[in-house]
Amino acid sequence: MSNLQSDLPMPIQGTLESEKARRSRSTALLEWLQGWLVTVDHKRLGILYILYSIFFLLVAGAEAIFIRIQLAIPNNHFLTAEVYNRFFTMHGTTMVFLVGMPILFGFANYVVPLQIGARDMAFPRLNALSFWLTAFGGMLLYFSFLGGGLYGAGNAPDVGWFAYAPLTARTFSPGNATDYWALALIVSGFGTLGTAVNIIATIFSMRCRGMTLMRMPLFTWLYLVVSGLTLVTITPLTAAQFMLLIDRYLGGHFFDTQAGGSALVWVHFFWIFGHPEVYVLVLPAFAIANEIIPVFSRKAIFGYPAMVAASVGIMFVSLGVWAHHMFTVGMTSVTNAFFVLSTMLVGIPTGIKIFNWIATIWGGRVRFQTPMLFCLGFLYQFLIAGLTGIMLSVAPMDWQLHNSYFVIAHFHYVLVGAIVFCIFAGLYYWYPKATGRMMSERLGKWHFWLFVIGFHITFDTMHFLGILGMPRSIYTYQPDRGWNTLNLIVSVGGFIQGIAVLIFAYNFIVSYFKGDVAGDDPWDAWTLEWTTSSPPPVYNFAEEPEVRSRRPLWDLKHPYDTDWEYEG
Amino acid sequence: MSKNEGGTSVGWGLSQVRQVGSSVNRSAIRAWMAMGALSILPGVAVAESAGSIPNMMRPEATPAHQILSLTFFVLLITGSIFVVVAGLLTVAIVRFRSRNAGTVVEPPQIYGSTQVELAWTVVPVLIVAVLFLTTARIIFAIQDAPKPKDALDVTVVGHQFWWEFRYPALGIVTANELHVPVSPVDHPQPTFLKLLSADVIHSFWVPRLAGKTDLIPNHENTMWIDPHKPGLYLGQCAQFCGAQHAMMLLRVYVDTPTEYAAWVRNQQKPAVQDPAVAAGRRVFETEACMNCHRIAGTAATGVFGPDLTHLMSRSTIASGATTNTPEHLREWIKDPAHYKDGALMPAMQLSDVQLDQVTAYLATLK
Repeated sequence: MSNLQSDLPMPIQGTLESEKARRSRSTALLEWLQGWLVTVDHKRLGILYILYSIFFLLVAGAEAIFIRIQLAIPNNHFLTAEVYNRFFTMHGTTMVFLVGMPILFGFANYVVPLQIGARDMAFPRLNALSFWLTAFGGMLLYFSFLGGGLYGAGNAPDVGWFAYAPLTARTFSPGNATDYWALALIVSGFGTLGTAVNIIATIFSMRCRGMTLMRMPLFTWLYLVVSGLTLVTITPLTAAQFMLLIDRYLGGHFFDTQAGGSALVWVHFFWIFGHPEVYVLVLPAFAIANEIIPVFSRKAIFGYPAMVAASVGIMFVSLGVWAHHMFTVGMTSVTNAFFVLSTMLVGIPTGIKIFNWIATIWGGRVRFQTPMLFCLGFLYQFLIAGLTGIMLSVAPMDWQLHNSYFVIAHFHYVLVGAIVFCIFAGLYYWYPKATGRMMSERLGKWHFWLFVIGFHITFDTMHFLGILGMPRSIYTYQPDRGWNTLNLIVSVGGFIQGIAVLIFAYNFIVSYFKGDVAGDDPWDAWTLEWTTSSPPPVYNFAEEPEVRSRRPLWDLKHPYDTDWEYEG
Repeated sequence: MSKNEGGTSVGWGLSQVRQVGSSVNRSAIRAWMAMGALSILPGVAVAESAGSIPNMMRPEATPAHQILSLTFFVLLITGSIFVVVAGLLTVAIVRFRSRNAGTVVEPPQIYGSTQVELAWTVVPVLIVAVLFLTTARIIFAIQDAPKPKDALDVTVVGHQFWWEFRYPALGIVTANELHVPVSPVDHPQPTFLKLLSADVIHSFWVPRLAGKTDLIPNHENTMWIDPHKPGLYLGQCAQFCGAQHAMMLLRVYVDTPTEYAAWVRNQQKPAVQDPAVAAGRRVFETEACMNCHRIAGTAATGVFGPDLTHLMSRSTIASGATTNTPEHLREWIKDPAHYKDGALMPAMQLSDVQLDQVTAYLATLK
């Protein structure tokens, strides 16, 4: 391994250090900035992804707050119909494409190479390209506020995040706002595809010695599955966006119903993307939970092979369930029944996962630190989300509940209650690795409890609004429908969540400067990323690690009770 | 919060249960018991606005009834799963919490158990089988229900942002307020709706009568309702369709046979011709109004907007955005954005005199 030493960029760094003294502060700042802009280091790119997503989380969260102010009372005039429609379109599009996916790929970027004992991703430059494409997509989408108008005035997409045809045709959506929407998703979609290819290549070809596929940490396994799924799902979305643009500008008639096109073709395309997309978002959340729950229960994950099989199973089944978003479009009864069955089948591997997590906790010694609190919240909420999902998979119930606030409640239970909770758990968990400092545990608990309370006030209540007939995407409602008080409660919960997220943001920034020094392995964890320093050096590991089990650090800490004696 | 519509029934929840109990409608009681068990939140809504809630838990037609019974079955199963799984999780967390944080002793490591894992795979498979078969039965029962010969046919056309109702056999065209005859359980008189769209996708949803079905351009759908009790049932468009999607409200009047016959007779008449308002009619026929609206028996034959032949027989205008009074009508013609910003009807730029005249004319169209 001595030849590795010569690869290390130490001498060059030394030169830079000595020159730095002679330079002005602004030059140093520029250099620092340039270092981040041109970086191909997976850790820096991972951090960029995460910061970018947190920024948009705050933006889209603010949009949600505006939405909830508008809906707090009936017949409100706080926002006009037009502005409200833009806000809910942007809220949904932002949360899915500019928050959910980039932050989860940010985690992959940062953690996967460290977990498999690699020095970087397989294609570092592609990695940088992917990030900047994603970032450019986000900027393009938000530029529509300035440049999307029919007359150049402020405007933004207002067709809903699923943008059903033919509402997106130029007849019904003049101006350029819809074009910004389509182009932004095409551009960020290419970025996502690049990242997915990169993760797959990295996992297949860069694992350290001894790390067979069945010795990979579940986190990495899940990202392999997610990346495969991403390749299959982003593609139809991108194709559909191109078709939309061809319709709008080149006289195509894919979705142009007035010229014989089919509105349903868009709906199919969108949900062939859209449903697996849910799993593209939720499998990384499982990935995070798979790391945190065992470490904070002090037990190995229960049923590792079953967890792997369940993840792969979910990937395949999820490709065959899209039309459960279409029970109301008038498919035949047999088609409806087929998609009821395929959707319910997803419940089986998902159930296996929940049971395995409970069995992991069972017999352990649970430590209630902030990452674990968020994961426990995730377990309860994901259970409920799964059960309301079963309800919606029952087509006749869906005929009632589809496009109602019940559905809003259900998918926010998945997207916030499961995914955002796991994202927060992951941020608290790997923050010390990335920065070398701990986030405040006291503020973390404030964040958790306020967020949990706000979350339930908001989204539990929404289920009832749906049962009482309130449809989604409405900018206001009549005072005589019995929805007034419930909507006010929902809005109050929204504000509580907003405060919790601000506490998190404060903690996130202040801990960077004032947090306790973390050390290499603050959680007493077991995977390879905790063997290197915090933050890790550019080259991650001075020597290529060698593993003999799924928990190399456990083996190291318990030389007389190693995992590899028991793993099948 | 304790406001009751029209102030007619104080303590609505109780009186409703009593009234329902005296009629044969048991499922409404069950609905409220289930709701009460789920949460007190819907009770808040009930106190707010009595009978007008489009509540799927208070069905009044066969499809909605069947969906509700299925809902109870699914709630029972999912509820049981929740109790068992959340219970196990809670026990695990409480029982296996770390008692002294300083401890360095790790618990015994268990890597899995094939028997246990097999058990919790097989049980969900069985549950899915039961759920699926039950669901499929109801899908076929509702979706493939045979259409009786004497069923009433209505064509529903969705427009941005209003509803057109055509009764082909009766020669009636109206808007936003659907009238159908009551369909008693012992003597069914169902209504079959043919769903079309003139522009973008809409969705027809009146929760107390049936689930929703989309109105899709170039794609004909059907659904059916057989309301068992006369009354007014509220709903609205359930698929985002543009700026004023929120104000694409829907009213279904279920009439007794006599009421319905009278309504049909009136709708089949040509528009009222009152010489006293001839000036207003002239305004209507000479300004752009007639390009979009039809008034039977006049030169106005437009098809883009609602048929106004019997405008005053409807209780709301602008697809439910406001009540149909001459003052509101005048304001609506003067500035549609006042009630519905983004509605496709343009402000007609009429003079005050013309506004008065045309409003007076429209107010005669009983």
